[in-house]
Amino acid sequence: MEQGPIFSIQGAEFSYKGASSPAVKNVDLSVASGEWVALLGINGSGKSTLAKMMNALLIPTRGACFVMGMDTSDPELAAAIRQNVALVFQNPDDQIVASIVEEDVAFGPENLGLPSETIRARVDRALRLTGLSEMRRRGSYSLSGGQKQRLALAGALAMEPEALILDESTSMLDPEGRASFLNCLRELNARGITIVQITHRMEEVAHASRIVVARSGEVAWDGSPDFFWEEKCAGFGFDIPQELELLRSLRDGGFVPAGTKPAVHDLLEALCL
Amino acid sequence: MSIKAVNIKYIYNEGTPAAVTALDGISLEAERGEWVSVVGHTGSGKSTLAQHLNLLLTPSSGTVSIDGARVAPGSREARDARRKVGLVFQYPESQFFAETVREEIAFAPSNWGVGGAALDACVAEAASSAGLSPSMLGSNPFSLSGGERRRAAIASVLSMKPDYLVLDEPTAGLDASGVRGLTATFKDLCSKGMAVIHVTHDMEIAMSMSDRIAVLERGVLAVSGTPERVAEYLSERPVKGLVMPPSVRFAQGLREKGVRVPLASRVSGIIEALEEARSRRGR
Amino acid sequence: MKFSNGFSIGQFIPGESFVHSLDPRCRITGMFILLVLPFSAEKPLDFVPAVFCLYVISAASRIPFAKLLRSGRPVLFLIAFTAILNLFWTPGHEVARLGPLRITSEGINLAFCMSLRIYCLVMTAAVLMMTTSPMDFASGAERLMSPLALVKFPVSEIAMMMTIALRFIPTLFDESERIMKAQISRGADFESGGLIKRARAYIPILAPLFIQVFTRADSLATAMESRCYVPGAPRTRLNPLVWSARDTAAMACAVAFVVFSAVWNRYI
Repeated sequence: MEQGPIFSIQGAEFSYKGASSPAVKNVDLSVASGEWVALLGINGSGKSTLAKMMNALLIPTRGACFVMGMDTSDPELAAAIRQNVALVFQNPDDQIVASIVEEDVAFGPENLGLPSETIRARVDRALRLTGLSEMRRRGSYSLSGGQKQRLALAGALAMEPEALILDESTSMLDPEGRASFLNCLRELNARGITIVQITHRMEEVAHASRIVVARSGEVAWDGSPDFFWEEKCAGFGFDIPQELELLRSLRDGGFVPAGTKPAVHDLLEALCL
Repeated sequence: MSIKAVNIKYIYNEGTPAAVTALDGISLEAERGEWVSVVGHTGSGKSTLAQHLNLLLTPSSGTVSIDGARVAPGSREARDARRKVGLVFQYPESQFFAETVREEIAFAPSNWGVGGAALDACVAEAASSAGLSPSMLGSNPFSLSGGERRRAAIASVLSMKPDYLVLDEPTAGLDASGVRGLTATFKDLCSKGMAVIHVTHDMEIAMSMSDRIAVLERGVLAVSGTPERVAEYLSERPVKGLVMPPSVRFAQGLREKGVRVPLASRVSGIIEALEEARSRRGR
Repeated sequence: MKFSNGFSIGQFIPGESFVHSLDPRCRITGMFILLVLPFSAEKPLDFVPAVFCLYVISAASRIPFAKLLRSGRPVLFLIAFTAILNLFWTPGHEVARLGPLRITSEGINLAFCMSLRIYCLVMTAAVLMMTTSPMDFASGAERLMSPLALVKFPVSEIAMMMTIALRFIPTLFDESERIMKAQISRGADFESGGLIKRARAYIPILAPLFIQVFTRADSLATAMESRCYVPGAPRTRLNPLVWSARDTAAMACAVAFVVFSAVWNRYI
């Protein structure tokens, strides 16, 4: 069966009240089921506004946004949309509601009015997927930053969503927390969950199947990561990750053949002296 | 002229069942004009050490001396000595309380009795050192962009004209251009004679900017020295939670292949070493 | 680094005892029923059932009785104050005289009873707080107040407010400590000067704290909305409150204690 896109944004524009120019304008974007889209942009490029649009938290002031075919401007559909598209924000402390880990994971399903046994099954699964099963009775306050963000992810997963939107969700984590969080995402994407990852860290988009660049509210580029690395990265003012800098210098010096991947391991393997 | 922490031991909740040793015999020295990075995983004690340098915490044992004079935390001298040691906390923009950037920057010097024209000069100088344009002084701090806000927060510490600047993850949450710009600002301050003590888990910045690096691991000093020495040590004995930058990992791989290359080199250094190796083999 | 993990509101002691396993509604209602005991006592001997009852609860909740006794310490001053008031200002049969002050036998009785009454009251409330986690308390109180929803009283919203407040207390505690340290390192002085100067010195701490509370509240509201929270809408629970046979039994015991003490007070 041909599946429609998870997200379909059509000519969307959004202006905040009192703002002189729209935060998002002329955006056309379609995301298919199972994709991992990295949405890149510098601060103020409109990428967070786009994320909130995809969760029906903001309704386009012009154009339209459909989530699995449901129009986000229809308030009747908001609950169904939010069940299918879960958001994880930047600061874990701003999204944890309850003092006990498992109670926080249960918050979403509780809002859906599900029976207790169903909630318990969902909580168990979400905690398992995020590796927090052993901490279920712990105080949410006592977790580390990385664990807190995985708790927020578990809370999102308990909604059993089709897609996850991550709004700079790793930017406040240390390298260890970031790695464990990204590992979770990789696992979830392998299970078929669509991921829209908003970030400005180049080294985090290695797993994306597609890269979209937002600039002053518009989609400035949309395409495959390989091509992005080769041609576009520096053009949008993003920092070139050191791996890529290495790759370029090695290739220019004739130390590695063209087509080598920008990872330390691959570079060493391909090295010819 | 230096700031020196000797054998600092610090226990949180000392004397209670919840007591935790955060620092266990740490020594650290930074000369003016020097960039010293303090790196470690979350919970390694690096932020606690930063607060000792600013005399905010009283060590269970050990001493802190500034410009050769030992300062007891909590004393009247401590408050004056603190002025020489600017401390920029993580996410420092969360401390804003004033309605204009100017007032925010003027807070520290006016607490030490600076007023009138001297205060205005202080504010202007701090703003320019932090890379803020004078036109921003009159604006509301909350109307600034993330990067500008961070610069305003740093200016509000620079305005007390410290000789030692302690930075706790100063680039956290900023995008690449913000990180690059701020790092250049700190390097500039450093070359003008200020000591920069940079607390971070970003090994890439630590490796490329520091004169010396101190690695903390669960409250103990694992190793300290030049970036090269630290890279040598960490390649033998990795510390949990610290990820070496790609250039160092690549250099490690090159050594295994018999190419002689310093571990802490930049990409350009690596290419040079490779070219040398190639010409030697070609001969 | 987080070192304030030990920080908790109330003095909840986690446990697996009989009392801990009771439904929070049972614990809250039970406490109110048992408050009848100290309040109905009119002479020293009448407190025997009340104290005995507290002793039984302490055993059933595995909280040492000594610990329970210590819980009344913060109100000792209040007790001493009321005792003195009652001792000297109760009219009746004079037994001693201290200058202009008369001590009556009724005064002695009243002072004694009043002190014990307050002490028992505090201990009864302490047992509840020691065996009930803040979350349990919030959900129990929500269910007990649920009839008020009929008169448009926002019971579930208030319960959610309590839950969130409890969750944020330690976070705000950390935050204020951090802001305070940051301002001290910028030379803020909270110790010198007069009252007004010192009060003004707190602005650089309170203003950022308030700003953070409001931005946090805003972000949290967005996060809750994205997780399908609708104020006032019916919600289900992961751990629904289940009234079991042991709760009924415990309530019966509480009522039995009240009856027993009424008989005791009358005949002994």
